[in-house]
Amino acid sequence: MKKRKLMTLEIFTILLFLIFMIPFFLIFINSAKPTLEIIVDPLAWPQNFGQFLENVQYILTSPSVNYVSSFMSSVIITVVSVAVIILVSSMAAWVLVRAETKLANVIFMIFVAAMIVPFQVVMFPLISWFHRIESTLGLLNTPFRLLQNYPGIILAYLGFGLPLSIFLFHGFIKGVPLELEEAAIIDGCSKVGVFFRIIFPILKPITVTVMILNGIWIWNDYLLPLLMLGMTGNVQTLPLAVANFVSSFVRRWDLILTSTIMAMLPIVIVFLFLQKHIIKGMVEGSVKG
Amino acid sequence: MAKAKTRKHSPVFYLFLFPAVFALTLVIIIPFILGVYYSFTDWNAVSGTQVNWVGLQNYTAVFNDVTFLHSFIVTSVFAVINMIVINLVSFGLAMIVTNKLKFTNIYRAGFFLPHLIGGIILGYIWQFIFNNAIPAFGNTIGFSWLAQNPFLAERNLAILAIVIVSTWQFAGYIMMIYVAAIQGVPASLLEAAEIDGATYLQRVRHVLLPLIAPAFTISTFLTLLNSFRIFDVNLALTAGGPAGMFMGRALNTTEFLALNIYNTAFAFRELAQGQAQAVIFFITITTIALIQVYFNKRKEITM
Repeated sequence: MKKRKLMTLEIFTILLFLIFMIPFFLIFINSAKPTLEIIVDPLAWPQNFGQFLENVQYILTSPSVNYVSSFMSSVIITVVSVAVIILVSSMAAWVLVRAETKLANVIFMIFVAAMIVPFQVVMFPLISWFHRIESTLGLLNTPFRLLQNYPGIILAYLGFGLPLSIFLFHGFIKGVPLELEEAAIIDGCSKVGVFFRIIFPILKPITVTVMILNGIWIWNDYLLPLLMLGMTGNVQTLPLAVANFVSSFVRRWDLILTSTIMAMLPIVIVFLFLQKHIIKGMVEGSVKG
Repeated sequence: MAKAKTRKHSPVFYLFLFPAVFALTLVIIIPFILGVYYSFTDWNAVSGTQVNWVGLQNYTAVFNDVTFLHSFIVTSVFAVINMIVINLVSFGLAMIVTNKLKFTNIYRAGFFLPHLIGGIILGYIWQFIFNNAIPAFGNTIGFSWLAQNPFLAERNLAILAIVIVSTWQFAGYIMMIYVAAIQGVPASLLEAAEIDGATYLQRVRHVLLPLIAPAFTISTFLTLLNSFRIFDVNLALTAGGPAGMFMGRALNTTEFLALNIYNTAFAFRELAQGQAQAVIFFITITTIALIQVYFNKRKEITM
């Protein structure tokens, strides 16, 4: 009796799963068609899958997408930002938990409050403020200039990523027994050593969660890169490139859909490889959160 | 020895906090203070021009702006509907994938997959689905209503379209929160209730739901705030359209708050007025957050 119920549920879930996957399927089959075929019937099976490679080829060589360089920029910005966020926020969270002073509590509350500040309040002042910093410090024609360049956007992602990350690390570190640290200190370990040798390795489960949440957000973000890098700057991320491409074409769905596939493929591949860790990390992270 | 608790920390220890405080100050605190200040001025972001104090002038302009009022109402309605739909779907999915099914992990991964894709890309994809695929589907199955009513051409259907897309995007993520909560409920409690003769619905209603209440709190909080702040999908899917009338004015019927602020500042170059709108947006979101926290605190006390 129970087995039959489970079997029905299994079939129902498979159907639900397939419904969830329909959009991916539609993008895929229509990326393998020329424009005319899409207009005739967007639901039909493509007549020639070779068209897919032709569309890919077109996007790869399109100057407005600039795929290879946009891809590299997206990877650099995402990887560096996430690494810096993890390091800086775990260190800060550790201090904020262990300091046990009033000031530490106040600083933690400020970080928590910063989570609610909508991006729209700070976005334009941020740009003009960064512009002022780079012109005051004379960074404009150097590799360290902030706008239309890596350092500024990575710094911005660090700032916007910190509040949630510190909050997550803070919650986790509270559960780490202090005795571990005291034992290490008695054994002659320095404070810095305590963090990097004892605490940081223990944080691995929550680090995975922080990495996933920030990674997905930064890889896909549109508005911050648009404002900090600009549509026509030297550095361009994949979402910017796709938006740029879409606005330059009058609804060539074959090419637009191919470009969306190529923009999402990297993160989907990473997900499929790390699926087990990601699903586990998301579940564990939300227990703490 | 009695004072072992008040250890003195070395300066190196506090140095660990410095990069975080530095980045937060540079990226959020200073721009936030500037942003609030600019909302009382005639700031236009052109460097070199003087910024003059204009008092409440921008705020008066905002309160007289019909598009902002409209945007405020539409966003609120959307946010509440979106929060309810996402949470119902996510909870349902979580109830399903916490059973001992054959492909549980594949289902979880599959439902989570759309969350990996950014709002801009999602918007374009679904624009194609709503404009091309669904009408074609309507024709194929002989349901001509679908072919004759493109979702993005009518206000209510366009809002529904945004709800569908953001549910598809967020359900798998929120599902994880519910999965974690459901897995944390001891199986023995549910078995005990079953032995006592409780039906499936009774077990869910009286045993499971009270125990996973915190997950509902977090999820509704997250989804309500995210729905209020939605921007990318709004921009790429409808760009605020279709056009319609409100209080005798032609405007964009699905232009949500974030997009409205963006357009005021970007398209109309009214940066200071955009700042005033953003400050009102901030106050709204903070109020929602505080109300939620207040009610949660009360719930925790009674529990």
